[in-house]
Amino acid sequence: MTTFEDEPEIDESSLNMGIDPWERNWIRFSVVLLVGFAALVTIAGFAGGFQLPGADSEVDPRTVATEGPWADPGVREITPGQFEAYVIAQAWSFNPREIVLPVGAEIDIYVTSVDVQHGFKVTDTNINMMVVPGQVSKLSFTFDEVGDFPYICHEYCGQGHAAMYGTVKVLSEVDYAAQASDTSTEPVEADQ
Amino acid sequence: MTIIDRPTQTTTGRPGYELSPWERRFIGIHIFIAIVALAIGSLIGPLQALEYSNVDLYQYLEPVLKSYYQGLTLHGVLNALVWTTFFIVGFTTLTTIKGLRRPLSHPKVNVAGLVVMIVGLVMTAVPLLLDQATVLYTFYPPLKASWFFYVGLTLVVVGSWISGVGFYLTLAAWRRENRGVRSPFIALAGVINAAMWQIATLGVAVEMLTMLIPWSLGWIDATDPELARTYFWFTGHPLVYFWLLPAYISWYGMLPKQAGGKLFSDSLARLAFWMFLIVSVPVGFHHQFADPGVPQIWKWIHALLTYGVFLPSLLTAFTVIASLEYAARRRGGTGLIGWVRALPWNDPSVTAQLLAGILFMFGGVSGLTNASYNLNLVVHNTAWVPGHFHLTVATAVTLSFIGITYWMVPHLAGKRLWSPKMALAQAWTWFVGMVIFSNAMHMLGLLGAPRRTPLGEAPYVPEEWNGHLLRVSIGGTILLVSVILYLIVMWKTFRGPKVAAADVPEVPIAEALRSPQLTPVWLDRFKPWLIVAGLLVLLAYGPQLVDQIGNMNLNAPGVDFKIW
Ligand code: HEM
Ligand SMILES: [Cu+2]
Ligand SMILES: [Cu+2]
Repeated sequence: MTTFEDEPEIDESSLNMGIDPWERNWIRFSVVLLVGFAALVTIAGFAGGFQLPGADSEVDPRTVATEGPWADPGVREITPGQFEAYVIAQAWSFNPREIVLPVGAEIDIYVTSVDVQHGFKVTDTNINMMVVPGQVSKLSFTFDEVGDFPYICHEYCGQGHAAMYGTVKVLSEVDYAAQASDTSTEPVEADQ
Repeated sequence: MTIIDRPTQTTTGRPGYELSPWERRFIGIHIFIAIVALAIGSLIGPLQALEYSNVDLYQYLEPVLKSYYQGLTLHGVLNALVWTTFFIVGFTTLTTIKGLRRPLSHPKVNVAGLVVMIVGLVMTAVPLLLDQATVLYTFYPPLKASWFFYVGLTLVVVGSWISGVGFYLTLAAWRRENRGVRSPFIALAGVINAAMWQIATLGVAVEMLTMLIPWSLGWIDATDPELARTYFWFTGHPLVYFWLLPAYISWYGMLPKQAGGKLFSDSLARLAFWMFLIVSVPVGFHHQFADPGVPQIWKWIHALLTYGVFLPSLLTAFTVIASLEYAARRRGGTGLIGWVRALPWNDPSVTAQLLAGILFMFGGVSGLTNASYNLNLVVHNTAWVPGHFHLTVATAVTLSFIGITYWMVPHLAGKRLWSPKMALAQAWTWFVGMVIFSNAMHMLGLLGAPRRTPLGEAPYVPEEWNGHLLRVSIGGTILLVSVILYLIVMWKTFRGPKVAAADVPEVPIAEALRSPQLTPVWLDRFKPWLIVAGLLVLLAYGPQLVDQIGNMNLNAPGVDFKIW
């Protein structure tokens, strides 16, 4: 066993608890760097109207598919240019499989699951949320470009997980008007 | 930067305590199980990587592996949970004994720990192999595995707690025998990690005992999946530090010795470990940024605390690099960066750990992105995330542990490392394979590719992903070569002839540049740090736990058929 009696005399105060000046500067630099990051993220996260999903509302996964807007999932225009979509995730599909919007549409998307956990990420957008039975996940987005934006289930949900997706179709004003008059008489896509 | 060689603690020659044959065998059993788990677990990795470019090898494995997902569950559980935990408990047993230069004070406690872990492992493995627990290593309810799986995993954790108590008792016994002496760094650091782990795993223990086990046994009908996620990630984030800290013990306390130098700052090394004890746990909501059911404000608080947990890693980067520079200059290295060449790159144990450290820097950068409150939504649950953690747990940790086994397995078995050249090739192929693999995974993630998905069969894959998918497969194939090289080296070493004691590698323990006695006492005390750790957990988790448990709704039964 080591004893420390034969140790050379060292003036402790000159050693600053054994921390080298370079080290001290590195610690200072690290703290400033991290505080800087924290500040940046806070500004970017709150100033720009950015949102994460939060504690929105809770539902009963066993009965939700028969209740309120969830009984008739799909997209609705609330006021001109303002949309909302209710999406039910279940093994292994989204209902609806398609959300059709005119370019420039602002949309609130609500998703919940009736069985196991799923994910919901709309490609090329900031819409990315976990879909958890019992919880409603909500995010908003404005689609400023025409095109197809697949929404993909990114949480393992069983055998058919890799095939579980849907598509946001963003159409030009003209195409949107045309398809709206086409399908307005069709029934809403049924469950399953 | 200049480093002055200051007077050091005056210990010379071989450290005083040699492991007894029983201790060698006892530690060796941990390491053996760990390597078997890594062998099976990481041979499945390339199957996944090849699936990405439509090379489906699963059809030939049908009798054993029923699906990509069963393979992925085995891959995650065996690599991330079994390989790491068994290696860490074995390694900590060694650092405790060798660091303190005394035997375990209560070896029966440690034996009990190992036995419980093995029983747990067997209980976990059976349903996994029978495809009765294909729920991935996160086992999010209401995916329902056989109750064997949950009980087994719980026992693995409980066993590691028992071993932790054994380490703690041994350190306490040493302290009674050595009043006023600073605890040796590698031993203290191992015990700090064990303590952190015991606090951290409370989350998953509560999840198992109050929800998953009763549910899988049919005592309750349903689960609260969001609460389960909160419990899981209470443990899930510090889990990564549980993996990482033993690698840090080696980088701080052993690698400098292997490179011919000393630990640059004993104080700072300890400070980093104490910081990990207090900030590893209260950051788990950064894994739940995309979750419903957790208020934004709490996500933001955990995001800020997460920057706190980067600090000790930045300190580590400094101290480890300074220690290595000191070693390299003693070996005649010169130049601002040129000294790096003077490190012993012909030593596979050193090379593996240096390469692990280099890739860890990139892992740190992608980790900063994940942890950022606003950037997270770009990458959450995409292929970016496995891209990130194959740099961290699958390289910084795993390749370091592999490097450690290059001296540890010969040391325990009384052998010489078989073919250091092949071991070097193993380290470099891992590095190259992982650079290609993880870069491609990160790119796929940015393009929106989901994780946990056999992308080869997914219907929505656009053409622009194909090049990256191919690079995942190429990286995975190089990694397959690396795994095979590793297994050959280990097997040949294990089966090789006994050699004279002088030819068996020693346990490398780096001295500190300045005597550890100069380290202030407050860097050697558990109590103040444990109190701060407890308080921080209460502040960061208390209100949400009260809220989420208070509003618990056991209303998600899952499905009544086998969903995988
Ligand atoms: C040897 C080469 C390896 C290859 C080629 C490989 C490949 C992969 C791939 C392609 C995935 C993603 C699968 C998906 O998301 O669908 C994955 C997931 C994963 N890998 Fe590896 N891996 C390797 C080694 C390791 C090691 C050594 C570890 C840990 C020590 C590890 C831990 C994990 C974990 C935890 C996951 C996530 C599983 C999940 O999402 O449930 N891998 N691996
Ligand atoms: Cu899914
Ligand atoms: Cu984390």
